[in-house]
Amino acid sequence: MLRRFHHTQPDGFEFSKENLKWARDQIAKYPSGRQVSAIIPLLWRAQEQEGWLTKPATEYVADMLGMARIRAYEVATFYFMFQLQPVGTIAHIQVCGTTSCMICGAEDLITVCKERIATKPHQLSPCERFSWEEVECLGACANAPMIQIGKDYYEDLSQKSFEALLDDLFTNRKPIPGSRKGRFSSEPQTGVKCLAEYENGKAKFSPAVSLAQMEGDQ
Amino acid sequence: MLADEDRIFTNLYGMGDCTLAGARKRGHWDGTAGLIKKGQDWIVNQVKESGLRGRGGAGFPTGLKWSFMPKNSDGRPHYLVVNADESEPGTCKDREIMRHDPHTLIEGCLIAGFAMNSKVGYIYIRGEYIREKELLQAAVDEAYDAGLLGRNACNSGWDFDLYLHHGAGAYICGEETALLESLEGKKGMPRMKPPFPAGSGLYGCPTTVNNVESIAVVPTILRRGATWFASFGRENNTGTKIFAISGHVNSPCVVEETMSISMRELIDKHCDGVRGGWDNLKAVIPGGASVPLLPKSLCDDAIMDFDWLRDHQSGLGTAAVIVMDQSTDIIKAIWRLSKFYKHESCGQCTPCREGAGWMMRVMDRFVSGKADIEEIDILLQITKQVEGHTICALGDAAAWPVQGLIRHFRNEIEDRILQAKLSA
Repeated sequence: MLRRFHHTQPDGFEFSKENLKWARDQIAKYPSGRQVSAIIPLLWRAQEQEGWLTKPATEYVADMLGMARIRAYEVATFYFMFQLQPVGTIAHIQVCGTTSCMICGAEDLITVCKERIATKPHQLSPCERFSWEEVECLGACANAPMIQIGKDYYEDLSQKSFEALLDDLFTNRKPIPGSRKGRFSSEPQTGVKCLAEYENGKAKFSPAVSLAQMEGDQ
Repeated sequence: MLADEDRIFTNLYGMGDCTLAGARKRGHWDGTAGLIKKGQDWIVNQVKESGLRGRGGAGFPTGLKWSFMPKNSDGRPHYLVVNADESEPGTCKDREIMRHDPHTLIEGCLIAGFAMNSKVGYIYIRGEYIREKELLQAAVDEAYDAGLLGRNACNSGWDFDLYLHHGAGAYICGEETALLESLEGKKGMPRMKPPFPAGSGLYGCPTTVNNVESIAVVPTILRRGATWFASFGRENNTGTKIFAISGHVNSPCVVEETMSISMRELIDKHCDGVRGGWDNLKAVIPGGASVPLLPKSLCDDAIMDFDWLRDHQSGLGTAAVIVMDQSTDIIKAIWRLSKFYKHESCGQCTPCREGAGWMMRVMDRFVSGKADIEEIDILLQITKQVEGHTICALGDAAAWPVQGLIRHFRNEIEDRILQAKLSA
């Protein structure tokens, strides 16, 4: 699939001090001379810092790893998680549209996105705070349909619960990730049928949701 | 139903304590050094005797795969690479291991690394699993702090380092050689085989790539014995297996069960049955997007294992069961998979790059009925020209769902085309 860098690019890019240290630690994971291995994690961190992946950031990472810039352009344009154009500043909503989610109602979610955010995927909402896209299977099929925003999965959605989630985002409230049907993780909604001994001791949130909640508190 | 004491993944839903202390309480990291001291040959033989077949989709015997690694190093390091790029549509099983029972995987990595003379392991996790990556990394850090990884890991006398690496949203990186390319910092384009990774893999060194679940079950197999594991399931299809059931069932879920469980028992016992009852079933994709679907008539007697499903022109794949009831537009459901494969083709081989697009566009017209009856056979012919003519199996994977649709639901495509012609 043909993907290009955005027509308007910032002048430059530099990792923040923290990210620079983090990047050096990442490079150390690979044998000497193999530092190019770290390109995906570094580009991803650049995207996290800027919101989307810019051409100067790609070049900066390429130079840092001592690789030809064209090889870094190849990586940036090959992998779909790299957003090559600006995305919503509050949230870029990624709706899983592959078969399991589709047959459970993902198309309704996409309709909502078109009505409330932007008519086309990757298009910014008028306030530039939101954007959306349909993505391929996100690997949470037993909790279909679902979406990803940033690091978190919001699962077991319906048109109604998705609208409520958007209402939260539009009014600057961070929704709680995880199931919208009250499931803890991927157990049957009618209750666990095995491993029941752990059910009583379970925490309020699943480990993944707890992580998100802890970050939200900071 | 599989008894709780026979489950390997006792914290599958994350309701128990996910930390190292919790994992130890559930019996993990118990006597790991002792298992390692029994030697490489013993470990590989136990895995062979258990009958464990790779859990990533192909079902290749894991012990045999391990024995392909060179016995003695020629100076090049050996690598263990864990394929955690779980991206096959319908599949969400390794996710539960990584976020809720990560120590099964980490302990498995140490043992597998030792068995294959590897002192370094990489876990390649899909980029979208960010929380899973954070939880798994926390568990790896915990293991380092407790001396279970690193120098003289777990007091076994073996040095072993384990690193997490992530991708960025390319399905193709689940193919083992594409994964290695990606891990080397390149586009994820599959390599020609031979050379196989066991001879020349990561950085040109001997490498074994295994699925998360295949590695994570090994410590328990060694502790409880190969015969215990082999006592589940039919011959050549042994063990317990994590199934992920999605779609039109009353309670979709992820669950560990015995291999060779009947499809109906799996759906009825764990998912509260098909929405609207068993007779409302239309078709099931039993092993993730790339395996052909089974119509209800075959589902009635279906056995969930490698051999039964292969004998019925489908496959167990990743054991990701997608259930579709009578309300499903089956042509559209398969069209969506064609769209997926078109999107995910890496573009290296012409039959796949072009063929996946052709297949999707013809399927597009089948959905609306704006096609000719003869095109059904033309589409079938295209699938045959893609299948087997590409470097990796993505071409096959794109062809099989369409073939399955035409095999079992040809009349439905014909009806739709005729309907569209009548109403035109």
